[in-house]
Amino acid sequence: MPKTYDPSIATEIINGFGARPELLVQILHGFLDRYSYISEAAVRQIAEELNLSRADVHGVVSFYHDFRTTPAGKRVVRICQAEACQSMGSRELTEHAEKVLGIGMGNTTADGEVTLEPVYCLGNCACSPAVMVDHRVYGRVDNERFDRLVQAEGQ
Amino acid sequence: MNATAAAVKVFVPRETTAVSVGADEVAAGVMAYGSRSGRDIELVRNGSWGMCWLEPLVEVVVGGERIAYGPVSPDDLDSLAAADFLAGGEHPLKLGPTAKIPWLEKQNRWTFKRCGRIDPLDLGDYRANGGFAGFEKALGLGAAGILEEVKASGLRGRGGAGFPTGIKWQTVADTPGEKKYIACNADEGDSGTFSDRLLMEGDPFALIEGMLIAGLAVGSDHGYVYLRSEYPLAHSIFLKALNLAREQGWLGTNIQGAGLDFDIELHLGAGSYVCGEETAMLESLEGKAGLIRYKPPLPAIEGLFGKPTVVNNVITLASVPEILSRGSEAYAALGTGRSRGTLPFQLAGNVRRGGLVETAFGLTLRQLIEDWGGGTYSGRKIRAVQIGGPLGAYFPTELLDTPLDYETFAELGGLIGHGGVVVFDNRVNMARQARFAMEFCAVESCGKCTPCRIGSVRGVEVIDRIVANENREANFQLLQELCDTMVDGSLCAMGGMTPYPVRSAVRYFRKDFEDDSVVQASAGVNE
Repeated sequence: MPKTYDPSIATEIINGFGARPELLVQILHGFLDRYSYISEAAVRQIAEELNLSRADVHGVVSFYHDFRTTPAGKRVVRICQAEACQSMGSRELTEHAEKVLGIGMGNTTADGEVTLEPVYCLGNCACSPAVMVDHRVYGRVDNERFDRLVQAEGQ
Repeated sequence: MNATAAAVKVFVPRETTAVSVGADEVAAGVMAYGSRSGRDIELVRNGSWGMCWLEPLVEVVVGGERIAYGPVSPDDLDSLAAADFLAGGEHPLKLGPTAKIPWLEKQNRWTFKRCGRIDPLDLGDYRANGGFAGFEKALGLGAAGILEEVKASGLRGRGGAGFPTGIKWQTVADTPGEKKYIACNADEGDSGTFSDRLLMEGDPFALIEGMLIAGLAVGSDHGYVYLRSEYPLAHSIFLKALNLAREQGWLGTNIQGAGLDFDIELHLGAGSYVCGEETAMLESLEGKAGLIRYKPPLPAIEGLFGKPTVVNNVITLASVPEILSRGSEAYAALGTGRSRGTLPFQLAGNVRRGGLVETAFGLTLRQLIEDWGGGTYSGRKIRAVQIGGPLGAYFPTELLDTPLDYETFAELGGLIGHGGVVVFDNRVNMARQARFAMEFCAVESCGKCTPCRIGSVRGVEVIDRIVANENREANFQLLQELCDTMVDGSLCAMGGMTPYPVRSAVRYFRKDFEDDSVVQASAGVNE
């Protein structure tokens, strides 16, 4: 389950970056690490504490792919969609993943276990196709390996 | 590490690609074997030599020489143990002395001379392998001397644009201002490229040293590294390197008693490709959305927070210490035409022996793909090669004898970019690749200029109509005009160069747009 939003912890995150508005992108990463997404409450509080407008903060949140605005599943599985991985079958792997998990890109399984997201290059291009599960990259991922990854990590 | 005299030194990389194919498990397995068999092992988690196809590469020091085994999977450890690999025993995976592996031996390593060789987080190891020799030379040269050396070396921006580094630095040095910045672009978003990552994971102090020298040359005490969030391991290693450098007096105030102040802040990107464009990166470093800035003013004059700023790629900065240490003349003697020195090329995609190849400019694509790459991974015929990332042109096999240098590629409507080479076999559908180029631009456009924001969306639609055979000829014409508009009217390379892969796909692989059955027929194994 996603952690319940706590304004005092939010203040801690913001102050951890010295409440400097030029560190907004870094501060948002702090929220992402803690909550897996950027909530409305977070936008409001960040805007207030950095003395920015909510529109300013919203504009930054919505610009960057990393800053999702709904909670992620327990694990985030990202499949590289860029050219090097395409040359090694990432399109087919993506189709397989969507079928196995029963969801499309950008969605979370109904049980809240897995969020599936596209990513454009993990820099693992000599051992494609590449998949990232949370913060770990896996190379040469075929359908079988993908299934093992999703299952093994779930235990 | 409490190594005794009898301890065997074993290297297993802690580097994204090696780890992605099991290096952590192999390292744990090696240590477990050590304790099981009562052998003392000193494990070093080095960076990668860049021989990605041999990862995880395990090296054992035998009689002072590093003996390589690879690719080692955890399942191979029992048979390796039976072969007594800790004593360099024979085994099907044994590659012999690392330094003699032809793939590596044939390279000309400057920027990557330590990568794979050293413990990335051991400053003693760094110094023992030539680290900070460039910095010491720089202290003797002074700002003006450094600028002359960098100019004389012919070094050009390795991020992709190829702008002469010395001239950029001179501009920042000449621009008056109390505060100046060194902003390192580590937002390596091009597919098929990973040299920034390899360097930051395998030899992070080289980048720190390069930034120190840049600071000395232009009079800056404040550096930033903008690293993409897709590189968590590089982030953790580089963060540790920064802390070690601070602890041991290589960052901070009065560095090594030389009266120089310099520190580096590490910032994370957030999944935006366009933030690899220098002005978008500056916006992002200021905490804002990564919208492109108009140029002029150049960042060298008005950059980060409006101050004069050196914006350089990781490889550019990390190349400088070795250039100073070995001399600009030796560097400039390498290469061809106006492309001087070496470039760390990256072989990727459907290639048998992928990895990082640092060599002088001027070798041909064929040498790179066949001699180093060994053809496709799938064993099928090569059909297309994309050079320079998602904004780079697709080349057909007829052009494989093209020499790799900035000017030749520009003449052919392509680019070397950051040196990434992605190989596709004969199953690729080039209309699909062209569509992807437009699609990617639509996803990643910052939205500031119309040709990029709208042109890319229209581009996808036009390609779909061509493939569906709706007014095909008229739509081909429209696609060309759309490409012209994007090239001429976009504010930056995102919209301005997305047409490169599209045009090349139309030019060399027109059949793929006209008849899907052609593609299906060629999908069989031709060999």
